[in-house]
Amino acid sequence: MDNQEHTAQQQNKGFKTWLKGFVTGIPLICWLFGIFGAVLVEYFLGDLISYYLGLPKIPVLFGFLTVLKKPLLIPGTLGYLFIVYGLPVIILIKSLRKPANRLAAFLDRQPVSLAALVHLGLFYGALHLWADMSDYRLLVIKLTMIAIMLTLSLNVINGYMGEFSCSHPGFMALGAYTASTITLLLFANDKQFGDALLPVALGPYFFPLALVGGGIAASLGALVIAIPSFRTRGDYLAIISLAFLFIVKSLIENLEVVGGPRGMSSQPSYATLPVVFIVMTLCIWIINNFVRSTMGKALNAVRDNELAAEAMTVNTRKTKIITFMFGAFWAGVAGGLFAHVLRYVNPGSFGIQSLAEILAMLYFGGLNSVTGSIVGAVSINVLSEALRPLEIYKWIIIPLLLIMVMLFRPTGLIAFTEFKPKELMKPRQNTGEDA
Amino acid sequence: MDLFLQNIVNALQWGSFYALIALGYSMVYSILMLFNFAHGDVFMVGSYIGFGVATALLGFVAMTGIPLPGWLILILTILFSMFLTSFVGMFIERVGYRPLRDAPRASAAITGLMIGIILETGNLAILGARRLSFPQLIESATYQFGGVYVTNKKVLIVVVSLGLMYLLNRFIHKTKWGMAMRAMSFDFQAVPLMGVSINKIAPLTFAIGSALAAAAGILYGLAYPVLDPYMGILLGWKAFVAAILGGRGSILGAALAGFLLGFIEIFVAWIFPSTLRDVIAYSIILLILTFRPHGFFGQAHSTQLRL
Repeated sequence: MDNQEHTAQQQNKGFKTWLKGFVTGIPLICWLFGIFGAVLVEYFLGDLISYYLGLPKIPVLFGFLTVLKKPLLIPGTLGYLFIVYGLPVIILIKSLRKPANRLAAFLDRQPVSLAALVHLGLFYGALHLWADMSDYRLLVIKLTMIAIMLTLSLNVINGYMGEFSCSHPGFMALGAYTASTITLLLFANDKQFGDALLPVALGPYFFPLALVGGGIAASLGALVIAIPSFRTRGDYLAIISLAFLFIVKSLIENLEVVGGPRGMSSQPSYATLPVVFIVMTLCIWIINNFVRSTMGKALNAVRDNELAAEAMTVNTRKTKIITFMFGAFWAGVAGGLFAHVLRYVNPGSFGIQSLAEILAMLYFGGLNSVTGSIVGAVSINVLSEALRPLEIYKWIIIPLLLIMVMLFRPTGLIAFTEFKPKELMKPRQNTGEDA
Repeated sequence: MDLFLQNIVNALQWGSFYALIALGYSMVYSILMLFNFAHGDVFMVGSYIGFGVATALLGFVAMTGIPLPGWLILILTILFSMFLTSFVGMFIERVGYRPLRDAPRASAAITGLMIGIILETGNLAILGARRLSFPQLIESATYQFGGVYVTNKKVLIVVVSLGLMYLLNRFIHKTKWGMAMRAMSFDFQAVPLMGVSINKIAPLTFAIGSALAAAAGILYGLAYPVLDPYMGILLGWKAFVAAILGGRGSILGAALAGFLLGFIEIFVAWIFPSTLRDVIAYSIILLILTFRPHGFFGQAHSTQLRL
């Protein structure tokens, strides 16, 4: 028995080293090439392959939906996944490893921004093609990106500063309503505000300004929470922020100008995939710089011990106010995008439910970590879309998963790490030194 | 004036629910320094268990022909459901809170939230989306004092909840277990060294809180007979607000703040348009917390968090 276990362990170890040897030495850009290739294969051959495998259509979300609805299609779906995603990625990363490493080394010598642009461009290309194949995918991607922004901005307050703020849906609502009001008032002929005040054609160019307006509205709202936070923190702040959430929701319900409980609809469709992607990238970039700056270190100091931080010349009041406004700003921007992606908002979308979702994404991914927030938002979002055919059982599986994560890793999957784009993009020769 | 008195009666009834639920939050907090965010859903589960017990008892009466009076069935329902629901509380403590006692506080909050979602969804999955209507165990009667109308249910709700609060107070101050709980809330670290096991006191606290929530659930079912799986969310969060407002860990504070919240909500809805209720009620709470950041009865002890 012991012997068997031993061999099993050895085999397991062997597999691990094999896998490690297989993935090391492959720079990020090589993975991106692989993904791009896989998406190209799906784009041009997807229909054909799925036809020959007996699938009714291209599996939209990695086959989860198909498999859960019709278990008989499992082999076909697995085959499809292997042929379309697995095979091209494996072939491409194996064959392109050397040139990709050279390219990565070349990019490593260039400014970080250029390297980042190349990577992002490649990633966006893959994403765009992938989303082009179905509207459902497009919507899922957009909502996931918005969730990333929300989670990240909440991480600044809850993770880096260590408060327990519950008001994020409120900030989001402020942003969503402000941005929608700006675009509807100025650039759209609708029943709520009448004719457009400015030429409709100008709309897309002024959309970023509308988003910024939403962000500013949210960060002004954040003052309501930031000022009490000078005197209190922890649970009382949680209540203050919760009260703020109730107040915002209830105020919007009472404002007939913005539609009251019926909400606002027919926002112009400015939030296309590139727009959402660019805003999300900006958000990640700026927040990452923010938390790695002196300010970010001051946040951690305030979290760990406020008195000591004060003694070490951290201006805690300024830190708190800036952080709340900063986090709320991005939540507002995300809210503005949310309103323009769905093209409909009502106060009901910004309640306790949405708070629970954002908190779940944050704590699943991990506190105090940009990577964690991205991982948390993407996994919870994709999971909740993928498990959609299970209907309500989805809301038993996802909470169970989260409880497991909390029990075994109480701070989340990837907590307390720094997100360093330069490290991520550097070349990885197969020497094993820097792997 | 009559309307004023009428509103006081309504506020007493509405505040009883908040107070009973807030007590559960506050007791758990005083022992573990954690909030049980599944508590609102424990209230919901208690209400459903009450529904089940009441239906079973009514069925028993119909089958055997023993003429049990309505009030006896009601008392039995409350007692049985409190007993059964206390196990839900103990289960939550065992699964969600005991392993996380030393973890960052937020993790336990998330676990509680998720257990709450599981309770809601589990209920939805088992019983389906149809709404159940709570059996009316006692005949409704209306008494008139001057211009004030008081139904017997309102009296019953207020009396039962005040009685439960009194019993809780006696329990905490007169029994050995209650003394252990007070000691534990006084010092979380030293008291286990004195031979009081936290693994007994914490489940007990959860059980008592859940039993009170179950009582609140049944009383709520008497007043508003439609049950649905999401009924606990809003009430639970508002009771949480009351628990904080009373001062965390303060039992008396939680009960008083529960009634205060009931009064604020009812009177705001009376004076202003009722759609503005939440805005004004929570603005008042925001103001109170700005000037008394530790609630009414909370000590301004160290707010150093474990995360």
